[in-house]
Parts: sequence; structure tokens; C-alpha cells
Amino acid sequence: MSITVYVPGDAAAVSVGADAVAAAITREAQARGLDVRVVRNGSRGLLWLEPLVEVATPQGRVAYAPVGEGDIAGLFQAGWLEGGAHALRLGDITQHPYFRDQRRVSFARVGVIDPVDVDDYAAHGGWAGLKRALALEPAKVVETVTASGLRGRGGAAFPTGIKWQTVHDAHALQKYIVCNADEGDSGTFSDRMLMEGDPLCLVEGMTIAGLAVGATQGYIYLRSEYPHAWRTLNAAIAQAYAAGWLGADIAGSGRRFDLEVRLGAGAYICGEETSLLESLEGKRGQVRFKPPLPALKGLFGKPTVINNVITFSAVPAILADGAPAYHDYGTGRSRGTLPLQLAGNIAHGGLVEVPFGLTLRQVLYDYGGGSASGRPIRAVQVGGPLGAYLPESLFDTPLDYEAFAKVGGMLGHGGIVVFDDTVDMLEQARYAMEFCAIESCGKCTPCRIGSTRGVEVIDRFATHGAVQEALLRDLCQTMLHGSLCALGGLTPYPVLSALDHFPEDFDRVRQSDAA
Amino acid sequence: MGKRSRHIESVTEVVPALEDALAGPVEAAIAEHRDRPGALLPILHAVQDALGHVPEGAVAPIAAALNMTRADVHGVVSFYHHYRSAPPGAHLVQVCRAEACQSMGARALEAHARARLGLAAGAHHSADGRFTLEPVYCLGNCALSPAMLLDGQLHGRVTPGRFDALLATCETTEEHAA
Ligand SMILES: Cc1cc2nc3c(=O)[nH]c(=O)nc-3n(C[C@H](O)[C@H](O)[C@H](O)COP(=O)(O)O)c2cc1C
Ligand code: SF4
Ligand code: FES
Repeated sequence: MSITVYVPGDAAAVSVGADAVAAAITREAQARGLDVRVVRNGSRGLLWLEPLVEVATPQGRVAYAPVGEGDIAGLFQAGWLEGGAHALRLGDITQHPYFRDQRRVSFARVGVIDPVDVDDYAAHGGWAGLKRALALEPAKVVETVTASGLRGRGGAAFPTGIKWQTVHDAHALQKYIVCNADEGDSGTFSDRMLMEGDPLCLVEGMTIAGLAVGATQGYIYLRSEYPHAWRTLNAAIAQAYAAGWLGADIAGSGRRFDLEVRLGAGAYICGEETSLLESLEGKRGQVRFKPPLPALKGLFGKPTVINNVITFSAVPAILADGAPAYHDYGTGRSRGTLPLQLAGNIAHGGLVEVPFGLTLRQVLYDYGGGSASGRPIRAVQVGGPLGAYLPESLFDTPLDYEAFAKVGGMLGHGGIVVFDDTVDMLEQARYAMEFCAIESCGKCTPCRIGSTRGVEVIDRFATHGAVQEALLRDLCQTMLHGSLCALGGLTPYPVLSALDHFPEDFDRVRQSDAA
Repeated sequence: MGKRSRHIESVTEVVPALEDALAGPVEAAIAEHRDRPGALLPILHAVQDALGHVPEGAVAPIAAALNMTRADVHGVVSFYHHYRSAPPGAHLVQVCRAEACQSMGARALEAHARARLGLAAGAHHSADGRFTLEPVYCLGNCALSPAMLLDGQLHGRVTPGRFDALLATCETTEEHAA
């Protein structure tokens, strides 16, 4: 009987040597004449411990981490295939303090199963939501999603059920389901981890959406920076077709859904839904005026559901377990769970899926373990490059869309980027403006020109601080109110929050006098 | 990447014809993808995957195949950071510049990479043509920052020392190829 060893094939794990570890395990097993099957699973999300290898023993899975190529011979020596003692042995990873109290809905199978095996997927609860959806009237499926309280996880937090209802009610011969897998925000990687660790969950969620609104064609728009996810998604989709979960006759129901992955080409703005649609149509990714809403006139002018990867990935569980099970998680109007991504200068970087409502401080210290450098945490940017920089005095803010908005912040896609006290907040403000200048789609003036002027104004703080501050605030107001989309409209958030919460870093005139 | 740093050719210049050696892959890319809805990006990806860049001469045949103007196609190629108008060096180094990586020393890493590759400010290609350095804005490896891609392979926790070691592996592979 072969023994199964799980070595993550997740890009982050591979970036610190997982491929070499997998190869070394196979080599060592052969040399010892042992029958070992290596499965490349997703990541459990304890990214600071990657490569995290698990051995399937009769007593359950036993984890060893972080495993380097050079540790393999010693691990075999220590009898790890039977769960033997070793300095790297962590035991049952689901009982690890980082993992134990998480509530995994979207990520329930990530790191557990073989990502491209349709049967392994089924054995772990996969396809149950789709089967349920096939047994329901489409309107009922939409109703279930609405009742769950699910809001879009891509940033804007728009209620998913309402979007689906609009497309459901629209009359058209062709409708589309589009998955926004552009994940352009820095500090975010949950879409990537899901697509690499449980791509069939996304396939199932999109198929359910198709059934609910009457769409027969889906596209996943994936950023070109994710070559690993591209390969895994395509392999998973091929398996789903072969097993009859996609195509002209889904699970023998006589209903159709086709799915294809398309690659973006390195433009942040193509994460904005209307520029994404332009890009999918083969054009420059420039933002469209709204209305009309994509739900009524979307891809190729047809009614289109466009949702984020994590939004779709919550749907199978909502259908399988019922709307109340999901709605019971969370706080206020933020229902369900949010996969948080801990990144930057943090000791325990990784993915944490928890119900809304934990405070930022709990996440930073209980899960994150404080900064990686051991220095005090000074600023935290939540919600990607357009999110505000929060000072320590706001760390007790609960992670909930409304609570964050109240303190001038944004939860966005749940990315949390940590900076220690060596950070220069003027540099961070300058970077935000520069990023906007580089990534602007060019359609409107406040964003296209304002961001370039913003960089110049910040550069002049060295000589004329006070005057420049008034100019910068004025410019930010113009961008805030005059931009067509949130790229220009939200860039003032990181800039003004840096200026408001960390004014000492902008006092360049006095700093240069003192020097 | 670096839409801003790239020389943007005027579309009114006489469009160069495609060299014979490049024509085959361009024709193949067109033939494979032209009938798909929204075919332009898939065609451009196929061209760049085959040739390492999208040659100026590819614009006219692609425009003709898709019934678009040359200006339309050129506008798309120049909009996206991913498409290059000139071939890259033998090795492509893409260092992440975004916030999570910044917080773990990405600015210093990029400065180190520039010094190590002997690149002048603003330059992207090393003098010997072996290396191209491009900025990227997040590789989704933010928990193991700073991150970079070397010839399409993702690396995490890249210290200057690790950068040098990775570069050395490029040299070894070149010697094997020689
Ligand atoms: C500049 C900009 C960038 C965006 N980038 C992304 C992205 O990378 N991924 C994403 O899912 N949504 C992104 N969005 C949000 C989308 O426009 C849209 O709200 C979302 O895809 C809808 O899906 P949801 O309702 O499931 O969140 C971005 C929005 C803006 C304005
Ligand atoms: S705000 Fe910027 S990115 Fe958005 S539409 Fe205007 S120019 Fe384009
Ligand atoms: S910020 Fe560098 S990989 Fe995400």
C-alpha cells in the first residue's frame, strides 16, 4: 500500500523550495524501495511555515514544517512515514493555534485535497451545492444567495444576490458569467491560493451562477502574473469537462455551462469590472461609464454577472448547507467569513479565514505574531493600494465593512500589509500617487494628470512643506470628487491617511534643517 | 512592463514588414485564435509566448485578420504592460515593487539588482544583453516578500544574497547550454 505525502504545489510554497522538496521525497523513497505517492495539494495558509509537508498516516495527517530539501533524508530516518518524532514535526495542523479557530468555508478544502482530482473534490463535499442548485428553480437559487447575506469580496462589497437577481430578470438570448481573477491589489493572494488549491470550487460556484441566471458561458479573467494558477485552472477545467461537470449536459441534467480562462496582460485597472469586460472583448482596458450596469449590458453587450473568485467560491457551501449557516457568521451587515491575507512585515504571514468582526489588533498579534523584524508595528495598509494607512490608535477597529468605512478605511479584498517603524510615510504617499500615474487608464483628467502632479507636489515637500500640503489636499479633493472610477477616486485615501496620521514624516523642511 | 519607459512608436511611421523568421509564429497565432470572441489578447499572448515580444510588424497582419485598424491594435499593445515591443535579454528578472514587498526591503533589493546587473537609472537591459529587469506590481507572494520572478519562476524572501545566488544559477544553466 502506498503512503501519501502532501507537498504544496502552491506558488508561494514553490517560491521557497517546495518543488525541490517534492523531488527529494520521491528520490529518497525510491532509494529506500518505499511506495510513496506525492500529491501536490494547495497551501494550508501558514505561509511562513512553507514548505509544509503532511504525511497521511493511519492516525491521520501529520505535518512537518518548514521542510527543506536537506531535511528529507533525516525525516525518512526518523520514520516520518509513520508519523515519527522529529524537530520539524508539528502533528495535526488543524489543531495548530493559527488554524484551530479559523472558520473555513471558501477554503475548507484548500490544502486538504488534490486540487485537480474531481473525485477527491467530491469526497470532500464538492458538487453538493451544484446538485442542490440543479434541483431548484433558478429564482430559488438566487433567493438562497440573497438570504445568505453574501456581499462581493472583490472590494466594493455589493450584495451578490441583488446582482444575480438583476441578471436573472433581464431578457436576453445570451448571458455571461465572468469571474474577476485579476487580483491586482498588493498584499492580496487569496484568489490565487483558492485557484491553485481548490479550483473546482470556483468552477462549481460559477456553474451555479450560470444555472441561477440562465447563462451558458463563463470566463475567468486571470492576471498574467499568475502562471501557476493558469496551469491549475486549465487542468481542473479539463477534468471537470471529462467527468461531465461542465459542458452540454451538466451531471446528466440536460443543462449547459461552458467555462474558459482568459489571461490579462499586466494592467491593474483591468480589475475594475468594466475595464475587465473591455479587455475580455479584446480592447484597451478603459473604464466604461455606468449606467448601463454590466448586469444589463455587460460582456459583448449582454447581461453579465461579474464576481470575484472568493465570492463565487462561497456559493457552493451556501447552496449545500443553506443560507442560514452562512448568515450566522459575521457581524452587522457583514455576513459570513472573510479570508484575510496577512502580508509584509509580519512574523506569521498567511491566510486566515474568519467570520467578520475580529479586530485588526487580534489579527495582527494573535494570528500574525507581530512584525517580522521584531520592531514595533507603525502602520498597516488594509484593502490594497487604494486603502488607507492605519496607525496603532485604530488597531481596535473590527474587521467589518461599515466599521472600516467609519474610520476612513476600506476592507476591500481583505489584504493586510504591515510596516514597522522604519517606514517613511511620505515615501508611501508618493508611491500611491506614482502607482496611480502608472496604472491610470487615462480616461479622465483628475486621475491621469492629477496623479502625476501629486508626485511632483510630494517631491516639493523638501523645500516648501506647508504650501505643498494645502496644494496636495486640494488636489486630493479634486481626484476624490472628479474621478470616473475608484482608481483616481480612492488614491487620495492612502495619501491623505498618511498625511493625517503621520504628519511628522511630511515635515521635510524642519527635518532637513535639523540634519 | 513600464508602459511609460517604453518608446512609443508613432503609428504614422511606415509600418515595418515582418521578417520571415517572425512571420510563421504570428500567422500561427492568428490562425489558432482569430475565431474566438475577443481574440486580440489571446493572439498577442501567443505571439509574445513564441517570440518573447510583439514585433511592430505583427500589428498589420493581426489588424487585417480581425478587421480592425492598425491604430486599434497598436493602441491595445501599448496599453498593456505585459506586451514588449523589443525582445528581452536572455534572462528576465521581474522584481515586485508593491507595498508588502516594500515593507520587507524591495526598494533596496531593486537597487541591489540594478547595481549587480550594471543598469543605469531608468535602463532595463544590461549592456551585454543577457539580462532584462522589469518592475512588477505584486506577484501574489506578499506573505513571503520581497518576491521576484526569474525567467518565470517565482521566488520568495529574496535577500540580496539570495538574489546573487539565483543569478549564479542562470550562469550555470548558460554554461550547460553552451
Ligand atoms: C481600480 C479597481 C481595481 C479593482 N480590482 C479588482 C480585482 O483585482 N479583483 C476584483 O475581484 N475586483 C476588483 N475591483 C472591483 C470590481 O470592479 C468589482 O467590484 C468586482 O469584481 C465585483 O465582484 P464582487 O461583487 O464579487 O466583489 C476593482 C475595482 C477598481 C475600481
Ligand atoms: S479614475 Fe483613472 S483609471 Fe478610473 S476611469 Fe478615470 S482615468 Fe481611468
Ligand atoms: S506585494 Fe510583492 S508580491 Fe505582493
